[in-house]
Amino acid sequence: MTSKTSATLKANKAAGDGNLIGYFPAGYPTLEGSIEASIAMCQNGVDVLELGVPYSDPVMDGIVIQEATMVALNNGFKLKQTFDAVRAITAKVNTPVLVMTYWNPVLQYGIENFARDLVAAGGAGLITPDLIPDEAKEWLEISDKYELDRVFLGTPSSSPERMKTACDLSRGFVYAVSTMGITGARDEVDANARKVVAKVREASSTANTAVGIGISTADQVVEVNSYSDGAIVGSAFVRAYSEGGVEALKAKTIELSARLKK
Amino acid sequence: MSEQNLRSHVGPYFGEFGGRFVPESLIAALDELEATYNTAKADPSFAAELAELHRTYTGRPSIITEAKRFAEHCGNDVRVFLKREDLNHTGSHKINNVIGQALLTKRMGKTRIIAETGAGQHGVASATAAALFGLECVVYMGEVDTERQALNVARMKLLGAEVIPVTTGSKTLKDAINEALRDWVANVENTHYLLGTVAGPHPFPTMVRDFHSVIGTEARQQMLDEFGFLPTALAACVGGGSNAIGLFHAFLDDSDVKMFGFEAAGDGMGTPRHAATLNYGRPGVLHGARSYMLQDEDGQTMESHSISAGLDYPGVGPEHSWLKDLGRVEYRGISDAEAMDALRLLSRTEGIIPAIETAHALAGVIKLGKELPAGSSILVNLSGRGDKDMETAGKYFGLLDAAKEAQA
Repeated sequence: MTSKTSATLKANKAAGDGNLIGYFPAGYPTLEGSIEASIAMCQNGVDVLELGVPYSDPVMDGIVIQEATMVALNNGFKLKQTFDAVRAITAKVNTPVLVMTYWNPVLQYGIENFARDLVAAGGAGLITPDLIPDEAKEWLEISDKYELDRVFLGTPSSSPERMKTACDLSRGFVYAVSTMGITGARDEVDANARKVVAKVREASSTANTAVGIGISTADQVVEVNSYSDGAIVGSAFVRAYSEGGVEALKAKTIELSARLKK
Repeated sequence: MSEQNLRSHVGPYFGEFGGRFVPESLIAALDELEATYNTAKADPSFAAELAELHRTYTGRPSIITEAKRFAEHCGNDVRVFLKREDLNHTGSHKINNVIGQALLTKRMGKTRIIAETGAGQHGVASATAAALFGLECVVYMGEVDTERQALNVARMKLLGAEVIPVTTGSKTLKDAINEALRDWVANVENTHYLLGTVAGPHPFPTMVRDFHSVIGTEARQQMLDEFGFLPTALAACVGGGSNAIGLFHAFLDDSDVKMFGFEAAGDGMGTPRHAATLNYGRPGVLHGARSYMLQDEDGQTMESHSISAGLDYPGVGPEHSWLKDLGRVEYRGISDAEAMDALRLLSRTEGIIPAIETAHALAGVIKLGKELPAGSSILVNLSGRGDKDMETAGKYFGLLDAAKEAQA
């Protein structure tokens, strides 16, 4: 099974470039606004897009993303619009689009319905922050059937056995959680990030791994790419957009990706 | 209902409910907690230490009071018995679980506890245990709840805890849990999340139930010793469901004993403003477990409504979802108005002011008594006392206005 996400990450690395994975919430501030913002990110240096599904109880997210997704929900975001957004984005750009979603919306939509509609819209797969492999039996089967990426998390506290499971069962990449905490910019990306990536490498010789949580500067993006397969940035993009709209978001994307490409 | 051994059931799953739907970052902590708890459970010295603390600090066993004058309002020839968890130190059943988990915190070598609270009863109990065991304590409480339960905020602060008002989402218990989970993800190395109800990821639903099962274990023996029979029915209020499961658990395999859980119906059953999760919700994943929950068609959690901060929660413990689907427990809704009437009735007939949460169970008993055959008996978990609710009750019944007028 070929993963477009994995192929993209590997091709860039093979060419000596780095990877920037960018998060933006669907429906923020409106559906149209989020589509425009996502396309702008993909056209200005983001290699893989992580499109977030606004959810009422986002326990992995810090205040910047919480506030943005709350705006989306208050503006009437409906789950089905996720597929509209994916369809509109993938019509314009060739960037792999992963949907980042808490598990209950998928469960309520129906796991298979969700997978089928995501494939039809051109989406690449799911990142599931509150679904551990142990609870993912049905999702594993359905994502195989629909050939979707599935990104599980590896953390500083994951045991070697759990890390191996995350590597074996993830497709696309393993989300290396850089630090024990929730999303949001931090001055220093924890030394833990290197350790987590080292744990991934120990567990698997083939799995891609990208580092997320706390990354907001070009220096951090470059540093993380020196030992992993990509840097994941979320809050910094959302903040740029909320402060300066799509122009500021473009500028932030260019700023963070500039030193990754030869 | 087939004869089965319901009592021996331990998670992570209760039928299709339960599990661990949490970020990977918390798994190591949950594994550690489960291992520590299992070791403690098998260690007689742990049980002995817990029992000694309950005897000398909590004030266990709690007594049973027969509510004869109240029972006159509950149908013909029905006897009503109150399991007096309101007499525990800190004024509710919450201390049972808190002392147990505080002991586990020490065993894990952690120095800081965090807790969520709705009505403030669990927050107060947690702050109390933190003071007793010399632990740092942070309590997350929805901003709305800090206002309607201001006295409990003062109690927690006096006990040395830091109270953080939660301003995200609906600013109530649900959001306090989200915030506590975020804190835990970031500070899991030195911090134990002292979850206050039988919800959350495994092992919390099983462990918290076990710590509260002392309620039913005592009550069952007391009924036999003091009255010579088991009750016809049990009644308890259900928010997350800790006091209810605490009472029910020891009786689960007594197939002649009926069980009733009373949820908060807010404005009333059939209205949109309620917290009757088991009556109006459907299965989903919230706060780490699969269980019934109030949600819209997209799976977004819906806001619950209740005059009682402790029952104002759109989820419920997974074991209750299981017991509902098995038909072992019947769950009904009680409106704000019915609960407040029952609160006043118990106060005036028995001289016992119950918590508003508990009043939902009492209102249920008033109705239930009229349905049961003459000669029936109902054992109610009197889960908490009403001191903390005096401002709400004072406003509701217009007592504070009267006091002001009298002053003027």
